[in-house]
Amino acid sequence: MSTTTPSPGKKKINRIGLELQTYRGGKTTLCAGCGHNAISERIIDAFFAMGVDPSSVIKLSGIGCSSKSPAYFLGSSHGFNAVHGRMPSVGTGAVMANKKMIAVGTSGDGDTGAIGVGQFVHMMRRNLPFIYIIEDNGCYGLTKGQFSPTADLGSKLKTGVINDLPPIDTCALAIELGATFVARSFSGDKKQLLAILKAALSHRGTALIDVISPCVTFNDHEGSTKSYAYARDHDEPLGEISFVPYFEDIEVDYEPGATQEVLLHDGSKILLKKLNENYNPTDRLQALRILHETTRRDEFATGILYVERDKEDFIELLNLVEEPLASLPADRVRPPRKAFEEMMENLR
Amino acid sequence: MSLPDAAVEDAVARMTTGQVVNDLNIQISTVNGSGSQTANLLLMRAIFQMGIPVSGKNLFPSNIAGLPTWYTIRVSKDGYVGRRRDVDFLVAMNRATARDDIMALPPRAAVVYDESLELSGYRDDLSFYPVPFDKLVAEVCPDAKLRRLVRNVIYDGVLAKILGVDMAQLDLALNRQLGRKVKALALNQDALHAGFEFANQHLTKEDRFSLAPMDATQGKILIDGNAAAALGALMAGVTVVSWYPITPSSSLCETLIEYLRKYRIDAETGKATFAVVQAEDEVAAIGMALGAGWSGARSMTSTSGPGISLMSEFAGLGYYAEIPTVIFDIQRVGPSTGLPTRTSQGDILSTALLSHGDSKHVLLLPSSVKECYVMAQQAFDIAERLQTPVFVMSDLDLGMNNWMSEPFDYPEKPMDRGKLLDDEVLNKIGKWGRYRDVDGDGIPYRTIPGDGMPTYFCRGSGHNEFAEYSESAADYEENLNRLNQKFETARKLVPGLVVERVSDGPIGVIAYGSSHWSTIESCDQLVKMAGVTVEYARLRAYPFHADLGEFIDRHERIYVIEQNRDAQLLSLMRMELSSARVVKLRSVLHYSGLPIDAQTITESVLAQEECDLEPAEES
Repeated sequence: MSTTTPSPGKKKINRIGLELQTYRGGKTTLCAGCGHNAISERIIDAFFAMGVDPSSVIKLSGIGCSSKSPAYFLGSSHGFNAVHGRMPSVGTGAVMANKKMIAVGTSGDGDTGAIGVGQFVHMMRRNLPFIYIIEDNGCYGLTKGQFSPTADLGSKLKTGVINDLPPIDTCALAIELGATFVARSFSGDKKQLLAILKAALSHRGTALIDVISPCVTFNDHEGSTKSYAYARDHDEPLGEISFVPYFEDIEVDYEPGATQEVLLHDGSKILLKKLNENYNPTDRLQALRILHETTRRDEFATGILYVERDKEDFIELLNLVEEPLASLPADRVRPPRKAFEEMMENLR
Repeated sequence: MSLPDAAVEDAVARMTTGQVVNDLNIQISTVNGSGSQTANLLLMRAIFQMGIPVSGKNLFPSNIAGLPTWYTIRVSKDGYVGRRRDVDFLVAMNRATARDDIMALPPRAAVVYDESLELSGYRDDLSFYPVPFDKLVAEVCPDAKLRRLVRNVIYDGVLAKILGVDMAQLDLALNRQLGRKVKALALNQDALHAGFEFANQHLTKEDRFSLAPMDATQGKILIDGNAAAALGALMAGVTVVSWYPITPSSSLCETLIEYLRKYRIDAETGKATFAVVQAEDEVAAIGMALGAGWSGARSMTSTSGPGISLMSEFAGLGYYAEIPTVIFDIQRVGPSTGLPTRTSQGDILSTALLSHGDSKHVLLLPSSVKECYVMAQQAFDIAERLQTPVFVMSDLDLGMNNWMSEPFDYPEKPMDRGKLLDDEVLNKIGKWGRYRDVDGDGIPYRTIPGDGMPTYFCRGSGHNEFAEYSESAADYEENLNRLNQKFETARKLVPGLVVERVSDGPIGVIAYGSSHWSTIESCDQLVKMAGVTVEYARLRAYPFHADLGEFIDRHERIYVIEQNRDAQLLSLMRMELSSARVVKLRSVLHYSGLPIDAQTITESVLAQEECDLEPAEES
């Protein structure tokens, strides 16, 4: 299935007339082979394919290798590299100020699971429209490879140190807290990650995507549970995901029963060819059970784990006017003289 | 000349002149959670409505119920509203503190007390008025469960009779406070009148204090500083508010929420022109405020010392990435949890330099409720003009107590949204860089998401004038120097000194914030008690205006009055002023957690002046 319009002899342009180049960012300074670069590429592909105007995007991050990523995609978007672990609060403020913007953020496993776990938890709770990507390599790359809170029990550092604490499962946590779109993927699985990102762009509310993204420098060795080799061997896709955008009229043949259709907020659809018969991404308890069961088998389930389409998001909850708060003219935010005189009178 | 002598003279004068009208300090000692706040505010408002200058201060514990609380109502025909140390009239309702409260009274003070406390034996130089509160409340309030809530209003009735508080004004004030709650209103009215009737029939006036109507409060309003600041934020057109509850700042955002709901819902659509979030902590609160400020909203948060400490890292980001937002700091006593319900000016130095690296911030220092209102608005204008966080440094005394004020003025000036890039500017300057200073004032042009202008990458890491990541030594230095230049621009933007008392003598006095009220009273005391005249300038902001240096130059020695231990504002002056100016500075410090009083200032200034007379001290 194609979401772009090929025209012979010309560069590929998307449905809003932009070239792929427009969606690229600066040259990466991350290590060659870093999983995060692959994720940046998929973000570029997804935003291009969905025809999202980059100037209507705010891209945010915290601190760490993951948080350098926004500089490497969507170069003409509005970027904000916040302080360590505090991307959620900055993002929340930015979206409240201008609800028309599309917000996407990249964080790391330390940025999210350790220093930023408090803000992460509350962002999931609020269901703010925000695509939250964790570039998860189980270690602190930028400070040379210490364990992070998503490192698995028994995983080994290059130095031979064994992790003796259980990991935080950010996806299970997000589902528990009320996030309405929760997915896990692997930076090496181009097709799946791209489909998930497109689906996240069609969702209204918080989309949490935990992407296993191996650190080639500090956590890609024998004994690590976040290495490329380990990830490939233990990736347990729940189904093959196809994404059908609302703006393309495509007939897809599929075998009833084995494939499930999930309608997204903007009218797009995801089609899931199930590999696991229990898998139903609209069932919260089922999703949590699958996460627990796969973890027990030393596997990690990937795919769209949970989707809740119609839950009120934080912006709706705030009952905001149509225009961005940031651009309201003075006469709409400063009460008139008569109202002010009434206030004074009440204080006499 | 030493003050103890003066105090004795003053006390003697008060004792010998007989009747004292409209000049007394009432202290009501209760237990918190006993509903005394209604009774106290009622009394204060009734006196205010009688046209007599009055101020009220709640000295309360960090507790919901059961601990001692004192409320002082100062009545001053001369209009002094600072705290007064000694008490003329005590209402003793709390067994736990009654004895200490009584023993601390000066001779010839008066005491209204709960009969069961049996206090009259402790002193023979006071006027005692025993009142059977339990019996009176049982008569007017058959429902035993409600008695606790109306019991205290009885002392308002008693005081009405003994001091001459106008019952009509008390009724009016009660109506105003409880008008919509019919049942509560009726119960309180009955209790009020029962107190009055009891005093009328059973108590004989023995003390010399009384109240008589004046016309000194006409047209004035009564408001606390937090509500005033909330009004200021409302009129400044705040659109994003993120906050975390903390004493003594909570009521600022709570009042603001009430105002926003009433005045900022779009009439046609029923939709809000504001967003308020109660954040998970102060770190998130300022993070949201900065995110919103970066996105172009007028954003704010409100907190107190512990919250300011938590906001430290983000404050540095706001300074370095140049993002406007407004932070209200309603200062309380630190360090650490400190005394959460007591007042101080203890955050001045740490907030001015909040965050690591070379961070420094603009502080506005309101002294009055009116300035809380005005400076709230100025803060938004200055924050957006300078593209930086601006801190409004109020305190518990100013923020949580009710103060008389002239009514506030409707803002006549348009909002200053600062330097936003548009096509016209872009054409004029040619090449735009987010951190490029094209006007020579250190302030670059900014763009905001959705404005159709060029985008940039906002970051707290090193950056060049095009907002690109940079670790270049030259870029870093240039950027830091430009930020310094911006601070010089700030100096001209913030409000300067107000000379509150003029004198051409050698002594200058500088005070700021809520210390103002006792400072101005002390200026008068110094003349009256010691014939010492001082010139008093009130400081309103950091960075300091050029007028501060000029003021110092005009005097031989200057007393800087502060409510903290370490002379924090003086330390900031020491950092910025020439050594020739710094040597002239002296401190008057008060840090008990209670609002500073005039006597403390007067004593300290006189003590230091006396030292000056010693030849050995001359340099």
